[in-house]
Amino acid sequence: MTIDRLLVASRGEIAVRIIRAARELGIRTIQVYSQADADSLAVRLADQAVEIGPPAAARSYLNIEAILSAAQKTGADAVHPGYGFLAENADFAEAVETTGLVFVGPAPATIRLLGDKITAREIAAKAGVATVPGSTGRMDDPQSACAVAEDIGFPVLIKATAGGGGRGIRIANDRTELERLAPQASTEARAAFGDGGIYIEKLIPRARHIEVQVLGDGQRVVHCFERECSLQRRRQKVWEEAPAATLPEDVRQKLCDAAVALAQSIRYRSAGTLEFLYDDETGDFYFLEMNTRIQVEHPVTELVTGIDLVREMIRIARGEPLRLRQGDISLAGHAIECRINAEDPANGFMPAPGVVDDLIIPGGPGVRFDTMLYPGCTIPPFYDSLIGKLIVWDDSRASALHRLERALGELDVSGVKTTKSLHQALVLDDDVRNANVHTRFLEQWLERDRLPPT
Amino acid sequence: MANKQVLSPLPGTFYRKPAPDQPPYKKEGDPVAAGDTIGLVEVMKSFHEVKSDVAGKVVKFLVENEEAVTAGQPLLEIDG
Repeated sequence: MTIDRLLVASRGEIAVRIIRAARELGIRTIQVYSQADADSLAVRLADQAVEIGPPAAARSYLNIEAILSAAQKTGADAVHPGYGFLAENADFAEAVETTGLVFVGPAPATIRLLGDKITAREIAAKAGVATVPGSTGRMDDPQSACAVAEDIGFPVLIKATAGGGGRGIRIANDRTELERLAPQASTEARAAFGDGGIYIEKLIPRARHIEVQVLGDGQRVVHCFERECSLQRRRQKVWEEAPAATLPEDVRQKLCDAAVALAQSIRYRSAGTLEFLYDDETGDFYFLEMNTRIQVEHPVTELVTGIDLVREMIRIARGEPLRLRQGDISLAGHAIECRINAEDPANGFMPAPGVVDDLIIPGGPGVRFDTMLYPGCTIPPFYDSLIGKLIVWDDSRASALHRLERALGELDVSGVKTTKSLHQALVLDDDVRNANVHTRFLEQWLERDRLPPT
Repeated sequence: MANKQVLSPLPGTFYRKPAPDQPPYKKEGDPVAAGDTIGLVEVMKSFHEVKSDVAGKVVKFLVENEEAVTAGQPLLEIDG
């Protein structure tokens, strides 16, 4: 199997990242774009670009027919879905393969299997990997949900089986709340995901979000160690690190082994991420879900392992066996990524699309900035607010924090509001500096008004 | 009396319904009170309700459901 012409079915910084990886492999790139992205950096950098529809994602980046027709028209032989949009849509992956093209990702059946949160929990259990205590299957009536909740203890989370990315999650502190919220959650899940199935999980207070990066070729799976992404707002990651600063070495080993065992049990192919909750009071970790795509925060792993994950993903897709054995992969230094969003932290993180007048991108030793910005570019209002990722590396976490502070100071995106000021406050915070954080830390920190006015 | 317009407060995508399987907030001919929600604007994946600042009756919508809008663009006319 060869890939000569890769169609990039995504936008923004990840489209640019994919174009760069493809070009280094000698692969020509075809960028699809909506009318709102005609002047985007990805369109400028790609060898060829094809318009696929109006700005609304539903009519462009989510339009399977338009994307496949662009692929056929341009003679593409593979499709990279990036993240978001159709990246974890099994029907899309299947349609790509049916058309005779290579899907740069896992087998459609794998996406389907792991996309259902209940099936994913069952796979974990079979592979001997602990999941958060909760219901063993979907719950269709509130009565059985209550029985499970009383058994595992309140508070509990109500989640949608077809959900993901933190959407549709509610907290019930007692039986009365659960009885009220469970039917609501089910109705909402049916509207949002087309499936009203819900399940119950125990709420673990002060948990850390730790995830393991894996690469598989369909036969063999290796891990590229872990990332910690505990700093979140509305369940969206804001700041990510590799490795997890406070994880004891024996737990790191067990966690990475568990991730490999699970991915190996389904003969995973491509890059993937297994998300876990880690309770550092007990040392226990629990599998949450597996993301079957390249993730936003993949660069921190690249910087501490020296592996180009996007390049490896493309190599695997064209049928090459994994080039790495587990023993070849080691950790060096510490990396931190800050997500720079077009949002106003001083005004409730209100989205701030617009035109970038001027731009200074940080540089110097150990600094990487993945972005689609250029001076004069337009940030359209129709898509995600992520406009750049500032990633720093240094030989220790302490020096990486100094480097991050320095690099944030250099960054200047004028014309639009960004979350730079949030990161400048976080990098100076004692708890953040000591890695004394958990998944609800940032929201509580924001409630305490820790953000300086801009 | 002259018709009044309700403007989009934000750039993004305009929706006339609260959810795809629900009826529109307002139809042509419907009465509108000041403060009534007439639609949603989605900007960077977050949804913001658009409220009418005038009272009257909907004359016509100037923007289709799911159409792209700019900040300050007229969305509908109200006979106030």
